[in-house]
Formats: sequence, C-alpha cells, structure tokens
Amino acid sequence: MDINSVPQDDSSTYAKNKKAIYAKDEDGSVKVVGSSGWNVEETVTKQALENLLEHEAEAYCEVKKGLKSPLYYYMYSIRMDLQVLSESTGFFKWTINRDFKPEVFAKINEKRLAVYAEAMGITSENLKVLQESNYECT
Amino acid sequence: MSVPEFKHTHSAHCESGVMSSMLRHYGLNLSEPMVFGLASALTFAYLPFLKMGGMPLVAYRSMPKSIIKNIQKNLNVKMKLETFSSKEKGEARLDELLSEGKIVGAQSSVYWLPYFPEEMRFHFNAHNLLVFKKDGDTYDVSDPVFEFTQKCDKASLTKARFVKGVMAPKGLLYYPTSVPTEIDLKPVIVKSIKKVAKSMLNTPVPIAGLKGIKYLAKAIRKLGKKDKRYSKLFLGHIVRMQEEIGTGGAGFRYLYASFLQESSLAFDSDATLVEASEMFLKVGDEFREFALIIAKSVKSKKEIDYEKIANKLDSIADEEKKVYQKLLEFCAKH
Repeated sequence: MDINSVPQDDSSTYAKNKKAIYAKDEDGSVKVVGSSGWNVEETVTKQALENLLEHEAEAYCEVKKGLKSPLYYYMYSIRMDLQVLSESTGFFKWTINRDFKPEVFAKINEKRLAVYAEAMGITSENLKVLQESNYECT
Repeated sequence: MSVPEFKHTHSAHCESGVMSSMLRHYGLNLSEPMVFGLASALTFAYLPFLKMGGMPLVAYRSMPKSIIKNIQKNLNVKMKLETFSSKEKGEARLDELLSEGKIVGAQSSVYWLPYFPEEMRFHFNAHNLLVFKKDGDTYDVSDPVFEFTQKCDKASLTKARFVKGVMAPKGLLYYPTSVPTEIDLKPVIVKSIKKVAKSMLNTPVPIAGLKGIKYLAKAIRKLGKKDKRYSKLFLGHIVRMQEEIGTGGAGFRYLYASFLQESSLAFDSDATLVEASEMFLKVGDEFREFALIIAKSVKSKKEIDYEKIANKLDSIADEEKKVYQKLLEFCAKH
C-alpha cells in the first residue's frame, strides 16, 4: 500500500485517535502513517459491539422480570461473558450459573460477592441491585 | 547521572513498539520493524479450540512476550521481567523503578485502560505499554499504538495490570539491565528471516503457518452449513483479529515488508530482499482486500459467498508461500 491509499475514514471507533500503518511513500521507502480509521474495520468492530449490546439488553430484561440475578446483567454490561467471568474470578462456570439464579444470588456470601465485585470493577453493593436503565422490555 | 528525555514513537504493534522505544532510550537505535523482524514475530495460527469472546483465536503474530524473549536471545540484550503476588507490591515496584529514572514496560488488559476509545475496549489481557513518569497519582504512559502519550490514573493502571484469566499479566513489569550499543545485525537478520520462512512453510501442525491459513479457509467454507448470525460474527471476528486487535494480517505484512527493506540496506540493497519486501506489501494489500470482501458480506442482506471468501484466503496463502521461498533463496546466499 502506498501512503495515499492509507484510509482516512474518521472511524468513530478510533475516537479521534490515529492508528499507525506502514505504507510506501513516493521514494519507495516504507514508513509509519497515521490512519484516522477504516470503514472495513469500523464495520466489524461495530458488529461485535452490537452483538454485545444485544446480550446486555436481553440480560437487563431478564433481570427486570426476576428471571436472572443482577450479576447476569452486569457481566454483559462490562463486555464479559461466562467464559471471561469464570477466568477473571477463578470460579467454575457451573457455580457462576447458579449465581445467575435470583434466589441463589440473594443468599450469596460476602466473600464470594467481593470476588465478583473486584473482577468486575464495581462495588459489592451496586452489584446486588439492578441499575435502572431505559432498555425496552417486552 | 543524566537521564535522556523519553521520546514516544507511534507504532503498529504494542510489543515491538515498546521494545523499540525502550531500546532506543537506552542507546540501541532499532526501529519497530527491525525489532519485529529480528524477533521473528511474524506468524499465523488458527486455534479453533482456544476461544476469545466465544470465537476461535486467530493469531497473526507470535505469542505475547515472545518479542521480548527473542530480542534478548538474538541481540544479547539483558532484560528483567518481574511479576507480582500482590497489587501493592506491583504498584510499589513500579514507583520504585520510575524513581530510579527507569522507563518500564508493562503488560495490561485493554478493557481497564481509561484512555482507550470506548468502542475499542475489549477484554484482551496481553497489551503492552511503557510507563515513563509519575506525577502524583497519575502515570505518563507511552502506549505505542497511540499517536501521542497518554495519562493513566493509578487505580486504573493497577486494575489493568492485575486482571486474572487467559494471559493474565500478573502485574508484569520489564526493563533492560544491559543493552549493547553496537551489534553486527547481518547474521541476526539472516537467522531471524530463516526462522520465519521455515516455520511458515514447514510447520508440522495443520493449524499454524501457511497450513493454518488454508485450514482457516476450510473452516470458512463450512460456515455455509452453520447459523447465519454466527457465520457473520465469525467472519467479522477474523477481520477484527486481523485489523483491530494488533493490526494482524495486513498490518504485520506491511511491518515485515518494512523490516525487509531496512535489512536490505545492511546487505548493499540486496535485490532478493528488496523484491521480497515488495511482495510482502502486495500480500498485505491482498489481506486488506480479503477484509473488505468480508465487511461487505457482513453488511449485505444477501447470501454470503463463502467459497469466494475462502478462495481469496487460499490465494493469499499461495502468494505468501512464494515470498518465503524467495526469502530462503536469500538465506542460502548468506
């Protein structure tokens, strides 16, 4: 690629930052050029984000309906999934799945709650209650 | 002792960027492409059994920390790598090193770094950055993939350094203890090129090297039988691994092309190296075209032509094969 072909698409995903791309200049030497974004990359980043957001919205409604514990929603709201949450806490997936049940989570011991809170960067108190959000639940 | 002012450089890849800035600061002037190339960092692996966000891992470069390790080995640089059993120890050690006037490399999670664009914050634990100053509870960070230096508060940096899970950083800090200022690069260049070419051409396992690229193409062909939503996410994921997360496919080919071009100067503008460099630039372009085809398919409501996407990837593997063969010709001469 030559420097003039380096995309400058002002992708929102870059948030005004620039990415270094190596490209060929007029003299044929390859050097760093800042790119403000590339539509192709923006498409796939947003695709992944939308997927995460869908999970988050669904989770919110399930918690709202009392089908799942707040832990379930917060996991998605910080872009984690069961795999990542399990790795970040050291808890087995099946035990986390149990904590997704509102009745189990209501009786969770403080020590275990604190491990979740730590891994998720949120206080134990906040983790216990669903934060009001304006997702539309059907 | 007078400490030289630290100079931030914008790089394509975090680990080679950190190592290049660090070595330059301590008197060994090596560009990012040279660090990347001399560490034999170019590779390919498709690891369907390792999941990231529910998707199989596609790696376009060697394992995290391998650049640090290979640079140590190949250039006779001595590095100290420290991990910590507690956050407090990790924080204190970073401050101690900074107060000694050192600049320090650190491994961190991307998600917890506040200066990352909101839409780019994913749980990836093997990001590298450099800390070069502390002011109160704020660190000055040279994150190579950013154009300018960044500020990061202590709590966030600690959180990012001590996440648990896959590739957990365990607070990893690293810095050189001895850096040679004069090196005869020629033998190292030959050796490191040979290693990349051979491993890409002849890996014994079907998931790595050129075989790995073909294996991924095969997996794409099979997507036709799978749920369309999953297939689209999988295709998007391949491109994200290639472009967004560490500028994989195309970006690393361009980076390696730059390394070959710079290396050719050490060999009186060796024609074979110059040609290989050109060829790699073209392979990089092909990877970007591959990404473009996928992005169009992801957006389109029409049926996806998996065969076309897979064929494109197959042809990239064939093109890339020629470059490695060319590189082995060069190695045979030297």
